[in-house]
Amino acid sequence: MLYSPVYMHIPDGFLTLAVSLVFWGITIVMVALAVKNTNRSLGEKQIPLMGVMAAFIFAAQMLNFPIAGGTSGHFLGGALAAIVLGPWAGILVMTAVISVQALLFQDGGLLVMGANIFNMGILTAVIGFGLYRLAIGQKRVLRLAMAGIGAWLATMTAALMASLQLWLSGTTPLEIVIPAMLGVHAFIGIGEALITVAALVYIEQTRPDLMSEEKTAQEGGHGWVIGGVLVTLAAVILSPLASAHPDGLERVAENLGFLGRGMDAPFQILPDYTIPFLGETALSTILAGALGALLLLGLTILLGRSLIRKGNQA
Amino acid sequence: MHVDIIDQYQFLESRIHALDPRVKVLISVGFILSNALLPDGSWPAFALSWLVLLLANDLANLGLGFTLKRSLIALPFALVAISAIFSPIGEPLAIWDLGFIKLVPTDAGLIRFFSIMVRSWLSVQMAILLVATTQFPDLIHALEHLHLPITLTTIIAFLFRYLFVLTDEVFRILRARDARSAGLPGLKSGGKLAWRIKTTGSMAGQLFTRSYERSDRIYLAMISRGYTGRIRTLHPHQMDRSDWLTLAWSAALLTLIQIVGWIR
Repeated sequence: MLYSPVYMHIPDGFLTLAVSLVFWGITIVMVALAVKNTNRSLGEKQIPLMGVMAAFIFAAQMLNFPIAGGTSGHFLGGALAAIVLGPWAGILVMTAVISVQALLFQDGGLLVMGANIFNMGILTAVIGFGLYRLAIGQKRVLRLAMAGIGAWLATMTAALMASLQLWLSGTTPLEIVIPAMLGVHAFIGIGEALITVAALVYIEQTRPDLMSEEKTAQEGGHGWVIGGVLVTLAAVILSPLASAHPDGLERVAENLGFLGRGMDAPFQILPDYTIPFLGETALSTILAGALGALLLLGLTILLGRSLIRKGNQA
Repeated sequence: MHVDIIDQYQFLESRIHALDPRVKVLISVGFILSNALLPDGSWPAFALSWLVLLLANDLANLGLGFTLKRSLIALPFALVAISAIFSPIGEPLAIWDLGFIKLVPTDAGLIRFFSIMVRSWLSVQMAILLVATTQFPDLIHALEHLHLPITLTTIIAFLFRYLFVLTDEVFRILRARDARSAGLPGLKSGGKLAWRIKTTGSMAGQLFTRSYERSDRIYLAMISRGYTGRIRTLHPHQMDRSDWLTLAWSAALLTLIQIVGWIR
């Protein structure tokens, strides 16, 4: 009753070591950047604030509302945290939440924590904040709608990413996991979106100083908008493709040098299936994927930096 | 609410409890790493890992079945792994035609499924053992010693400290909602879905502003008591002989498990 696990936390054992380590790598880079940025811009006062906010996210996850048929709307909070506290602080807060969920409740594994933080902390912050930032300066309704859409998309993208990680690990075939995960989270995401919007409305009414547009604009530059839009586009293009034509995605993945696992003739005997990650193809694939992801990340950050600098000069 | 309800630390005295938290973190991560490294279907190595786990349970005076009882938390996720049975690897065992989809369980898929389940089950038990024998502030301190950024560890420490306070706040808010939406027996209470969403959102917002304002007060109170941006602990945390010895023994055991797993 006190604590109900959410489906998206991947436990240990479900991802191969290579996939776990790649996502740890990306997560460590992002969290280090977040630490650097919050230290520079916010100072020591923010540390208790972020700690208590992390506890808030944790406690708010206990607020679920019944929808129908015994299911209830769950709250993950990544988008809300990023919108109200700023993207970097949001990433740190979610990192703390996911670490404690794994350490204290064994909800989500330790070795796969990097992947979990990436899915639920970093992606949600990038999408949630990026899309909300896009609507700054627009009408209030539009801003709130963007926050809601961002929260829903963030949940869906996190689910999509978890599916892809499970697929890359050879835990589950793409054509089963994607419809299942996205189907479940389409509903969970609606709950997330509605609670996020309703909470923002409340905060705007009671503490307008925390939600001013100038403050949001200061917390993250246009780089976040670009990052958010790019990641969203990638997810939006990828998910229908992956669920409707998994073979297509697998073929693309193979052409790009990704795993050829899905292309193996269905009944072929694979003598080396016992070596889940040491195989040459798997390793090179994952390295290629990681390189691509890092490149994209680096580009986004560089773009953001240059835009911030331009903004400051103007 | 008291910390005991959520905290899984077991107040006992044992050799494992007395170990330096750094050693326990390293061994736990090493154990989980070892599980991930073992190839599918290496049952003897998995069995050996489980024996190590049982031994650790016993050394910690928790009773042999302690972690077993709590290890069911990862079970719902097994649903995801079930599809591994139908991975197109190995020989097909049967063909189930369900009309809209054709399911073909394979022998290698079955082995992969059970391997994933065993790995996950062993790893979760190790994590349970870690928090059952290490107090959370010590655990955070260990992470600090292992060079996690202090900003992050301090946030985690605050999260742990105020989790219980804010959980109480949630219960107060939930009680207030219940008190305001009482219904007659047999009749549905509460409003339509839109009303429920608005209420839940307001509750989340309410909780947010209360937490935000509380963090302001906390910070001022801490500043006036000499807070410098770092949380201190009274435990010195120094590695002694038994810590090094345990570390060496565990490394040897994990190596043995790997050798058993890879030789066939």
